[in-house]
Amino acid sequence: MNPSNGKGSMSTASSSAAWKAGDVVPDQFPAGLRVLVVDDDPTCLVILEKMLRACLYEVTKCNRAEIALSLLRENKNGFDIVISDVHMPDMDGFKLLEHIGLEMDLPVIMMSADDGKNVVMKGVTHGACDYLIKPVRIEALRNIWQHVVRKRKNEWRELEQSGSVEEGDRQQKPCDDLDYSSSANEGNWKSSKKRKDEEEETEERDDSSTLKKPRVVWSVELHQQFVAAVNQLGIDKAVPKKILELMNVPGLTRENVASHLQKYRLYLRRLSGVSQHHSSLNNSFMSPEATFGPMSSLNGLDLQTLAVTGQLPAQSLANLQAAGLGRSAAKSGIPMPLIDQRNLFSFENPKSRFGEGQQQHLSSSKPMNLLHGIPTTMEPKQLASLHQSAQSLGNMNVQVNSHGAQSSSLLMQMAKTQSRGNILNESAGSHLPTLPSSIGQPIISNGIAGGVIGRNEIGDNGRGTGYNQVAQTSSMLSFPMNHTTELAGNNFPIGSTPGISNVTSKGAFHEEVNSEIKSSAGFVPSYDIFNDLHPQKSQDWELQNVGLHFNASQNANPVQGNFNASQNANPVQGNLDVSSSVLVHQGYSSRQQGSGQNRNISAMGRTMFSGLEATGQGNEQIMDQLLNNLIVDTPVRVKYERFSDTSSQNALFADPFGQEDLMSALLKQQQGNTGPAEPDFDFDGYSIDNIPV
Amino acid sequence: MERNQMHKHIFLMRQSFFDQGLLDEQFIQLEELQDDANPNFVEEVVTLYYRDSSRIILNIEQSLERNPLDFNKLDNYMHQFKGSSTSIGAKKVKAECTQFREYCRAGNGEGCMRTFQQLKKEYAILKRKLENYFQQSRQAGPSETACRPRMN
Repeated sequence: MNPSNGKGSMSTASSSAAWKAGDVVPDQFPAGLRVLVVDDDPTCLVILEKMLRACLYEVTKCNRAEIALSLLRENKNGFDIVISDVHMPDMDGFKLLEHIGLEMDLPVIMMSADDGKNVVMKGVTHGACDYLIKPVRIEALRNIWQHVVRKRKNEWRELEQSGSVEEGDRQQKPCDDLDYSSSANEGNWKSSKKRKDEEEETEERDDSSTLKKPRVVWSVELHQQFVAAVNQLGIDKAVPKKILELMNVPGLTRENVASHLQKYRLYLRRLSGVSQHHSSLNNSFMSPEATFGPMSSLNGLDLQTLAVTGQLPAQSLANLQAAGLGRSAAKSGIPMPLIDQRNLFSFENPKSRFGEGQQQHLSSSKPMNLLHGIPTTMEPKQLASLHQSAQSLGNMNVQVNSHGAQSSSLLMQMAKTQSRGNILNESAGSHLPTLPSSIGQPIISNGIAGGVIGRNEIGDNGRGTGYNQVAQTSSMLSFPMNHTTELAGNNFPIGSTPGISNVTSKGAFHEEVNSEIKSSAGFVPSYDIFNDLHPQKSQDWELQNVGLHFNASQNANPVQGNFNASQNANPVQGNLDVSSSVLVHQGYSSRQQGSGQNRNISAMGRTMFSGLEATGQGNEQIMDQLLNNLIVDTPVRVKYERFSDTSSQNALFADPFGQEDLMSALLKQQQGNTGPAEPDFDFDGYSIDNIPV
Repeated sequence: MERNQMHKHIFLMRQSFFDQGLLDEQFIQLEELQDDANPNFVEEVVTLYYRDSSRIILNIEQSLERNPLDFNKLDNYMHQFKGSSTSIGAKKVKAECTQFREYCRAGNGEGCMRTFQQLKKEYAILKRKLENYFQQSRQAGPSETACRPRMN
């Protein structure tokens, strides 16, 4: 099919990985495509195998999802695409889909005799690249290679593109003719996102087919650069090409920037949407519920997805949602980006989540390195994003709000992620566990921006070590300085001054954050938010502090600085809407961990991450994988989950940095522990100090 | 020639399956997959289907004996059964499956049981006819079936 294998352009990437080394020559593509078919029905399995063989694909069949997963895990690059039935006795097809997406990031086609719109939609939202209705015809299978090519192409593009390719070149064709049966694909939000698909560039297709997806990790520094560039251009005028030019990062493609920008925009939009409700961050922060409101819709999906995937225990999901929706008592504002666990991992949604709040943020100010010191996995970048968003938010409400609701969700997320490996899914015990922590972390710092940032961070976090970077980058998250003004009173004094970044003290941090934020320090408002959310629960808001630290920014000692400074119990005053979200996450995770010891944000960030890793023992790899996957794929996919209940929130705050804290918080939340029951996450009253470590 | 007659007979038999609505287009898909490498592919698949689906039939029967009826479970079983039946192109059986599921959703136990009886009947009829068909096809010689008439 594609004659050109010599395109050579795909040199980057581990293209060879795509195809077995020296195996199928691109010329023969799609012949030799390695397909894994999973279906519990032996009749269907045999038929599918025969059909696929008739298409000249290499088929491996298995009748159990567990077996399929282990096959995939053992052979990381052993398969190109997976086809799975929806209804299976041992594991839900969608869950398998998520696992695969997160762990291996292979294209997955779902199939079922069920053609109800809901089911198909579920496939779409879970990230399936196609949905086939049984009985499957061979014609439908002949074109499945397109999904492989598309995916690789996108990745390749991201790698290769250095901004020279115009988006116009890439037209997203519905590929009706190509995909005989992929009705689900058309208009698929996912596909629409991948505008980069270029059907016309067959040559690249050939090449891309051989490429392994290159992943761009949005490290803190990178994100900071990104945010700086965006700010410089102005959020409205920031186009990927220009951003790329400004950033001047070798190896970064316009595609990477474009997708990252999209996420960032969503994040900002989200922030701004939230903040609108609350002029002051305080409010927003305080009312976690409020923030959840707006987020709920967004997150709902995520939550559900998560829930579905088992990552988010159903009850947690409900909680989060409830929290988000219900609580918004006062603050309805900030829709804290819910770090949907799924999101985190799936990079798919994310943009929508984050983007919202972001717009405003972007416009503002310099990137505050909110997360500066956030030791936890929050990457500075993420903090920055939070910051950015925070800035634009104007009212930290976003943060706050989101915080409230989100914090719980975030916390949950964080906690989840942090669950030392298991938090992720308390119930599900998904492999993601580690991821959340990392993700959570960043998110918190960014508060709302976290959404975006989260992603970045996540990517980094995945690495495990990546997080530390966050702390280092300090500048990155300069938490929305603008917001700080709004925040008046909101907790994140963190403002920009590095001093604030010393948030070691949990309570202090919040304060710091507030102030910082106001002063536009790189403080990570998000952290505050968490704090606010849990006003005094010192529950281990290690994370929170951490988040705050980040805001503090610019300090080399990012988190710590912020937190320390404020070591007082002030609850993070709302300004951390953004950060709070981030924090929340962090806090969450930390709380969950129960250890909450790391008051030291910088340490915390690190610890959080490491804590996660430690706890997650084993999650590390997963996390790394996940993060890697996440990062590579898309910019931060952080999804802020909302913490449905206060308890969770409390938990978050309680242990600012302790991952364990977060985890425990999350866990608690999930269990519905009333715990801190901080329904009113008013940052004003939130004192970090109170957070018990 | 006897052989020709046999083939003709088989041809007509096959055609009647479609005409009577016992089989649908999906069966043709299976036939198309049959080649020299797998000369008895269709028969193998159908055999596999009957073997596996008998297990589900049993499950459904047992579930129908429960009181009260667990419609959710019944629906799940039927979903599985329907999936299999669909994949071999068992049209009438599939129609009964759909009917059964509708009764399940409506919570109509009586309807479920009635439909299930009907389903079993169709299921058995198809099995018998296909077995006959395959047997004769083998007797007539594999290559003869090469020029498989397509369903209109």
